[in-house]
Amino acid sequence: MQMLLSLSMERRFIYTPMDTNILFLIIIGALVGVTSGYLGSFMVLKRMSLVGDALSHVALPGMAIALTFHQDPMLGAFLALTLAVIGIWYIGEKTKIYSEALVGVFFTASLALGLLVTPEPELLEVLFGNLEKIGLTDGMITVLSAFIIIVVTRLISDRLLLGVVSEDLAHSTGIKVSIMNLVYLILVGLVVALGVKFVGTLLMGALVIVPAVAAKNIAHGIRQYQIIASVLGMLSVVIGIVLSTFLGISSGPTVVLVSIFFFIVSYMLKKKS
Amino acid sequence: MTSSENILSVSHLTVDIDGHVILKDVSFDVKRDSTVVVLGPNGAGKTVLFKAIIGLMPYSGQVTWKTDVKIGYVPQKISFEKDFPLTVLEFMQFKEKRLEEIQHALKEVGLWKESSADTHRGTRLLHTKIGVLSGGELQRVLIAFALLGTPNILFFDEPTSGVDITGEETVYTLMRRLQKQKDLTILCISHELDIVNQYADAVLCLNKEKMCFGAPKNIINANALESLYGEKIHLYTHGH
Repeated sequence: MQMLLSLSMERRFIYTPMDTNILFLIIIGALVGVTSGYLGSFMVLKRMSLVGDALSHVALPGMAIALTFHQDPMLGAFLALTLAVIGIWYIGEKTKIYSEALVGVFFTASLALGLLVTPEPELLEVLFGNLEKIGLTDGMITVLSAFIIIVVTRLISDRLLLGVVSEDLAHSTGIKVSIMNLVYLILVGLVVALGVKFVGTLLMGALVIVPAVAAKNIAHGIRQYQIIASVLGMLSVVIGIVLSTFLGISSGPTVVLVSIFFFIVSYMLKKKS
Repeated sequence: MTSSENILSVSHLTVDIDGHVILKDVSFDVKRDSTVVVLGPNGAGKTVLFKAIIGLMPYSGQVTWKTDVKIGYVPQKISFEKDFPLTVLEFMQFKEKRLEEIQHALKEVGLWKESSADTHRGTRLLHTKIGVLSGGELQRVLIAFALLGTPNILFFDEPTSGVDITGEETVYTLMRRLQKQKDLTILCISHELDIVNQYADAVLCLNKEKMCFGAPKNIINANALESLYGEKIHLYTHGH
């Protein structure tokens, strides 16, 4: 294991920007960042930050199974996440509260299971992301998915937000709150699946949540909040990619630390005002 | 003002949550353009009755509406964190995009006036974060929200809860003004007897089941109240 780890690290460290077109990675990464921040903005207001954060762990067993059968791990991640979000949605609908304990147990179980079944050579990259493994197909899937996510979210945004403010009020104006929530959670599953190659399953949830938490510190209105969350998500990934490429360090933790840096700055700005 | 036509009929409405009967076999009719006050002690199922009628929770029995009905609902209380990133304007825009309509609704609740100084105040209010409004202001914004889209039946769930005395007066003055509007039926939850005498065309006394229903002068008396609240209640009548 130790040897595998060091081999894997070595592979990461000798990575040079010439290997892949860095511009391509930046563009695709920017799209992942924008969509993560945008979707995360709703999750933070829904007070589901921890659920959103832990959700990304569910991607691991899905990726492991896909790798075992020589399929695209992104597809495996998406399927596993879709199952998980339908589960969260169902619990939320039936009990009207998000059963935090259940989410905690279920998601860590997924992580433990995923760690056991993931083939060892791939373990580090699925946990922390690996830019080398992002190919043209991933790029095309990301562009298409980002387009779908932005358009659909924009369409349901007002209805979703009124549901966040008050489900009763939303219902009284004829909004099908539970369908809106399901559509939203499936989009979250999709964005996490897109991001796992950049950030890894352990930290992808943070990319959904942290830019939105930072945006909430400084935004005045809802439109501003969504824009700031999207921009911070984008900047976190772009700056994270550039830093990790030139410093030869792992992409996932770098991206998340950049977003945490934005959070600290936003917190100081909030305190100042 | 009240027409003879029923805008809403509730018959044998029963609500059961996890085996607990919250409401049992409640039946009553609401005349078009009338004001009905729902009276009852805490835990009597008043809010549940509203939610069931509007379709926010499952029930058994029948709720029959006139076909042209448009509902406006003012919930009891919504609490916002102070830093919830949403302005009053953005909140109103969830339901109605046209600024004139929003201004009209705010005018109805006294948060928007024509004079230039007040317009300035109104504009500032539109761009205020909803979480920093006072209880009274938030209540009026919620009423304005319910008024968007010109409803013909309004449900007020304790419109004065969390509002100070001045705010309370404003809410009831506002209700009085709304009552004068053509074709606007109002259902209002309250536990203030005063409100029943002043505003109601009909009163529904509720304590898990219907205890009484009819014109206030016929049914509001010491005995009825004792059976409703389970203790002696002093009855003050106001001369009008």
